[in-house]
Amino acid sequence: MSVLEKPPPEAEEHTGHHHHDPFWRRYIFSQDHKVIGLQYALTAMFFLLFGFFLMILMRWQLAWPGRPIPLIAGLLGEANAPGGIMLPEFYNQLGAMHGTIMVFLGVVPLLVGAFGNYVVPLQIGAPDMAFPKLNMASYWCYLPGGLVMFSSFFVPGGAANSGWTSYPPLSTIATQGQTWWLIGMVLLITSSLLGSVNFIVTIFQLRAKGLTFMKLPFFVHAQLVTSFLLLLAFPPLEAAGIFQLLDRVLNTSFFSPSGLVVAGEVVDKVGGGSPLLWQHLFWFLAHPEVYVLILPAMGIVAEVIANNTRKPLWGYKSMVYASIFLGFMSFIVWAHHMFLTGMGTTISSFFQTTTMIISVPSVVILSALLISLWGGSIRFNTPMLFALAFLPMFGIGGLTGLPLGLAPTDIHLHDTYYVIGHFHYVVAPGTIFAIFAGIYYWFPKITGRKLSEGLGKLHFWPSFIFINGIFGPMFIQGLAGVSRRLWDGGQQYAHAQPVLEWNVFMSMSAFGLLIAQLPFIVNLFWSIRKGQKVDSNPWQATTLEWAAAPSPPIGHGNFHEVPVVHHGPYEYSAPGAPNGYLPQTAPGKEG
Amino acid sequence: MQIPYTVEERPDTGLYNAKLGIWLFLASEVMLFGALFSSYVLLRTGDPGFMTIPHEVAEALGLHGEAHRWSDELSVPLAFVNTLVLIFSSVTIVMSWASLRLKEFAKFRLWMGLTILCAFGFMGIKAVEYSAKFSHHLYPETSNFLGIYFTLTGLHGLHVVGGLIVLVYLWGPGSKMWKSQPRRFVNRVETVGLYWHFVDLVWIFLFPTLYLL
Ligand code: HEM
Ligand SMILES: [Cu+2]
Repeated sequence: MSVLEKPPPEAEEHTGHHHHDPFWRRYIFSQDHKVIGLQYALTAMFFLLFGFFLMILMRWQLAWPGRPIPLIAGLLGEANAPGGIMLPEFYNQLGAMHGTIMVFLGVVPLLVGAFGNYVVPLQIGAPDMAFPKLNMASYWCYLPGGLVMFSSFFVPGGAANSGWTSYPPLSTIATQGQTWWLIGMVLLITSSLLGSVNFIVTIFQLRAKGLTFMKLPFFVHAQLVTSFLLLLAFPPLEAAGIFQLLDRVLNTSFFSPSGLVVAGEVVDKVGGGSPLLWQHLFWFLAHPEVYVLILPAMGIVAEVIANNTRKPLWGYKSMVYASIFLGFMSFIVWAHHMFLTGMGTTISSFFQTTTMIISVPSVVILSALLISLWGGSIRFNTPMLFALAFLPMFGIGGLTGLPLGLAPTDIHLHDTYYVIGHFHYVVAPGTIFAIFAGIYYWFPKITGRKLSEGLGKLHFWPSFIFINGIFGPMFIQGLAGVSRRLWDGGQQYAHAQPVLEWNVFMSMSAFGLLIAQLPFIVNLFWSIRKGQKVDSNPWQATTLEWAAAPSPPIGHGNFHEVPVVHHGPYEYSAPGAPNGYLPQTAPGKEG
Repeated sequence: MQIPYTVEERPDTGLYNAKLGIWLFLASEVMLFGALFSSYVLLRTGDPGFMTIPHEVAEALGLHGEAHRWSDELSVPLAFVNTLVLIFSSVTIVMSWASLRLKEFAKFRLWMGLTILCAFGFMGIKAVEYSAKFSHHLYPETSNFLGIYFTLTGLHGLHVVGGLIVLVYLWGPGSKMWKSQPRRFVNRVETVGLYWHFVDLVWIFLFPTLYLL
């Protein structure tokens, strides 16, 4: 791996004493944003794959309920799948942990911990993050958080099984795994708190000379808003987590109503608590969290699209303002997840209205990206394919969300497979595709080599087809009224019978999607050694990260010279520019 | 290459990195305690019996007659003294910072020492209060009011302890920095001072909410 190679001699001058650091200081407890970014990337990709495997098990069960799981049945344990046949309790664990792992251990750490860490300091021309020690601490809270979640599968009763939403009272009386889930969450929240403070300070304080706010790449703006969301939305979930932990460990009743009866016995608690309180605190985080999942993804897509249309982004300014407005609004829409709780029509009306309003900035950003394609001479390389696919996929995800934001329709759609289809279009062919776009786009910066285009296309096209094969039919099932979180995929319900056959189709698509990831994994390993070697700016890009050396040296300091910025982020097709584009550092207009 | 603005202010933002960092951290703390306080409001308005001590419990506590409120079980005098202690410590920590600005290290030591004593005093009084509750068999699980009381004051106490550790460090071993990097040391005292004011402020909200209302 070329990132592990010794930096070139001239880089060593800049890194000072750092190249004397022992291995563990350089790569394990590293304080360099690039190494930490890679640590995040590798760990999060592992968790993403793990969450994907949990889902594969679920899809087997949904397609063929009660049929023994082939090949790996023995690994699952008699307590979970006696004779290879999945128990309902185990399905619930898989569901809850798939959701938790994908969101908190996979996607967010990839978008923010990995891409944010690696790219943001480079794009703003900074030598590192503002607080390198905090950055290290953030990773070292994330990893134990992940390990706690992972090990919870092996405690008596297994992992958390009350859904990723952990609604009480179910979660209060759930098995021990739920306590592990809470402890894991507290660690992850701490990690994201440290990270978000660091990002905001870095972006405000360490911008290169001349890099004003309206010259920042859209990716940096997206990360900035995201960090504010993480900073301000997570603490209420932390409060909720503490309450739930106390309810479970010290027998308090914050979320336990009076007279709760479980298995025919009155629960030994004083009661008087409110299960709805949890829902409010949880969704106060979890709605902004969906923008944490989507904003940096939009940021990646914007970078890739501008670069490959060879045109400035259309409506860059309105995209920036839209993302800020989106950030504000995301704090006052949370109860659209709670229309069915009987909170009353006045409150419902309020949250319906805000939800309709918040859809506007997303539409602005998406439209700006679409219009940016207009009249461009587009380069269809792999990053661009993923970025292009993002647009309609996120579009489907977003538009199918509107009926969920209106109480009259949500009453029918709530907790059906329609919801699962909706948010997966946002996070899977949406965010995950953007992540792939980012990996193919920035890989040359990280390693000094390009990923293979052939394997890239072999990865893209099947993934694109299969992923629609999984999530498209979910709308059909959901509209027919099939509930989510059903261990048998709806077999015992009469109304589900006409749409049941889709289960096999979706599961086959899921297995296809798994196979479609093989070219990607091969590509990663092959290209690190054998990929085409590139110079520092293989995509002829304008933003600052491409002014740094390929595979920038480790240790504080990314640039040979402190960069000074003279140009906006996307001055492609600039009249009179040497190769048709002006890097931000190119001498020129003062700014 | 050094990270810029660790000590000096950046001209266009007017802040050094740690100062912006601590303000952001405090913003997230506002959200944490905001959520905790809101939960208290929701639990209290959602349960008509929230404040009332059930008859049997009241009897066991030796209370007779009219309905008793949980908040009457808390000691207002002790909490009042604690409020004064914390407010005083907010003054002393400003004095310690100001002494450094005037380059009077001995005075810094003195004022910082007083702040530390106040912090210990506060925790001591809290310990007295807690043990009084435990000796009457009043625990977080006894009622949601007590649950909230212990959670909120407990988390606030953890914040005090966290601050205390940093204060002791800056008073003792950390103060060596005054010789090598005086400007940076003053910044450190300033940032921890901001934190300390916040901890003080939280208590100023906690005291009336839990003890008086
Ligand atoms: C790309 C492949 C993916 C597939 C095939 C997939 C499939 C599924 C399935 C079958 C369920 C369970 C439905 C149920 O039983 O109710 C589910 C639930 C869920 N998934 Fe995914 N998923 C994928 C990726 C993701 C990603 C990337 C995320 C998040 C970033 C995610 C987040 C969730 C959440 C939050 C739930 C709800 C869990 C719960 O009910 O508590 N999934 N997914
Ligand atoms: Cu939402």
